Amino acid sequence: MKELEELFLPDDVQYTETHEWARDDSGSVTVGITDYAQDQLGDIVFVELPEVGDIFEEGEEFGTLESVKAVSEICMPVSGEITAINELLEEAPELVNQEPYNNGWIIKVKPDNPDEINNLMTSEEYVEMLKGEE
Amino acid sequence: MKELQGASGLILNEPLLWEKGKKGRCGFSMPRRDVVPSPVDEGLAGDGPDFPDLSEVDVVRHYTRLSQWNFGVDAGMYPLGSCTMKYNPKVNEREASLPGFAGAHPLLPPELSQGALELMYRLEQYLAGITGMDAVTLQPAAGAHGELTGMLLIRAYHKNRGSHRSKIIVPDTAHGTNPASAALCGFHPVAVKSGEDGIIPAEAIAAIMDEDTAGIMITNPNTLGLFEENIREIGEIVHSKGGLVYGDGANMNAVMGIVQMGKIGFDVMHLNLHKTFSTPHGGGGPGSGPVCVKDILKPFLPVPRIIKEGDKYTLSGDFPESIGKLQAFYGNFGVMIKACSYIMSMGSEGLKRASQLAVLNANYIKENLKDSLYLPYDRPCMHECVFSDKFQEGEKITTLDMAKCLMDYGFHPPTIYFPLVVHGAMMIEPTETESKEDIDHFIAALKAIVAEAGKDPDLLKRAPTRPKLRRLDETAAARKPCLAG
Repeated sequence: MKELEELFLPDDVQYTETHEWARDDSGSVTVGITDYAQDQLGDIVFVELPEVGDIFEEGEEFGTLESVKAVSEICMPVSGEITAINELLEEAPELVNQEPYNNGWIIKVKPDNPDEINNLMTSEEYVEMLKGEE
Repeated sequence: MKELQGASGLILNEPLLWEKGKKGRCGFSMPRRDVVPSPVDEGLAGDGPDFPDLSEVDVVRHYTRLSQWNFGVDAGMYPLGSCTMKYNPKVNEREASLPGFAGAHPLLPPELSQGALELMYRLEQYLAGITGMDAVTLQPAAGAHGELTGMLLIRAYHKNRGSHRSKIIVPDTAHGTNPASAALCGFHPVAVKSGEDGIIPAEAIAAIMDEDTAGIMITNPNTLGLFEENIREIGEIVHSKGGLVYGDGANMNAVMGIVQMGKIGFDVMHLNLHKTFSTPHGGGGPGSGPVCVKDILKPFLPVPRIIKEGDKYTLSGDFPESIGKLQAFYGNFGVMIKACSYIMSMGSEGLKRASQLAVLNANYIKENLKDSLYLPYDRPCMHECVFSDKFQEGEKITTLDMAKCLMDYGFHPPTIYFPLVVHGAMMIEPTETESKEDIDHFIAALKAIVAEAGKDPDLLKRAPTRPKLRRLDETAAARKPCLAG
């Protein structure tokens, strides 16, 4: 397990309480799980993805991650429609462990409300929350 | 600690049978033909399966060697939490192999199966007595199948009353299959968090129980090995809004002969004969998950049901409100014989004593290890106790490392990373069948492992070193499974 200071928590994404991150690329929101989440889960062996066109509410479960330890849910950081899924993860689920913020992205969403992403935490706020969980 | 249980010895390698076979070898003699040759239907002719040619000794040595690589409850302590890996008395095997039972064909008519039907009828009565319920079906093939049966019964009950309820409450300390069983029946499972003390707060149920909720699924004792103390109150809340209470009886080994589930608010529950009632399991062996119900659910039980008329037993499908048939023939009959044998040989006092010892053993382990391993819920437990690797975080030693190392000491590892509510959980269930000496051995082994973690963590990272195979790459096995021989 990594120590708090060993975690990579970039500033250009927003964070959820359930350990997803969301990045706003001019109207399209990319979603993945944080370095903390992948470290806690351990080696991920399977990613269950939604289908493009599916619509979910903020906080709703849109897929699952199966690691050697357990199966966990992945939840929507914002409400919206799935516009893309990372098909690489089907063959290479380890990308979620190796590059959680880059090639390990999970879905892209067209948000119902482009401002909703601003309700999420900044990296500083997320670190504070993790300190509380220790 | 006296001599280590784990020692390395000569282990014989064994190839696949296909690599071992030699054309022309044979393990049996064909009997002399005593019928007239007759042509085979064209559609049935063709090449046979690709089986190797082997002699009797080839086959015997092959399986004997494989069995020597294995670790079972006949070889040593198997403290796999939530699985109740108790010793399976051999008398049960003897009863199940009686020719009248072992040779009985499932298509025999009831008049030629009176013994088998009587055994099933009696077993139903025993299980009803043990749980304090009114009627039992023996059909479900194992625990999760029992849950599914229970959910189908609850759905049939509400449908029969003209009400359509969409939700089922499932606490986070229930078995993982519970929400899946509810969802399979079309219910929407609603999760409830357990309280700080590890049990369900009645207020949490009161807050979400409504008239769209069909019922609640409670594992009691729960997966933290704790007794749900608010169970009566929770039952009253659920019943007052017209819901039913389902009990997951997988942990019944803690309370047999002590708690009558029917008297504390449960309307329907399943039992795992292969856990609580000492029939062999694991490795995919057959289970049996009878479902016990109160009178209100009796009309919906699966058919055929066993009916006693005078001294005769018959099978009846004449229950128009039944949810139907759930299993080929009548369930896993061999398992039923073994469970019935266990119940009859133990008697009611013996079953009660088994539960008492199971609880005592778990508490003994909990008290002896709580200074070495972090105990998230420090309170009396039932038949199992849950630790975590929190004390070992500094050395970066995980629950997995310690579990792997237990193999070097000659013990089967406990359940790990379950229940999910405890981070890095290690769930130990000794069962009643281990002696104090064996349990002391186990405690000493875990203490030695914890001490090693402090001194030489790298040693633990490499464990196990004594089994035939070392630490396996579980990640690669899951990501790129090799499914062919």
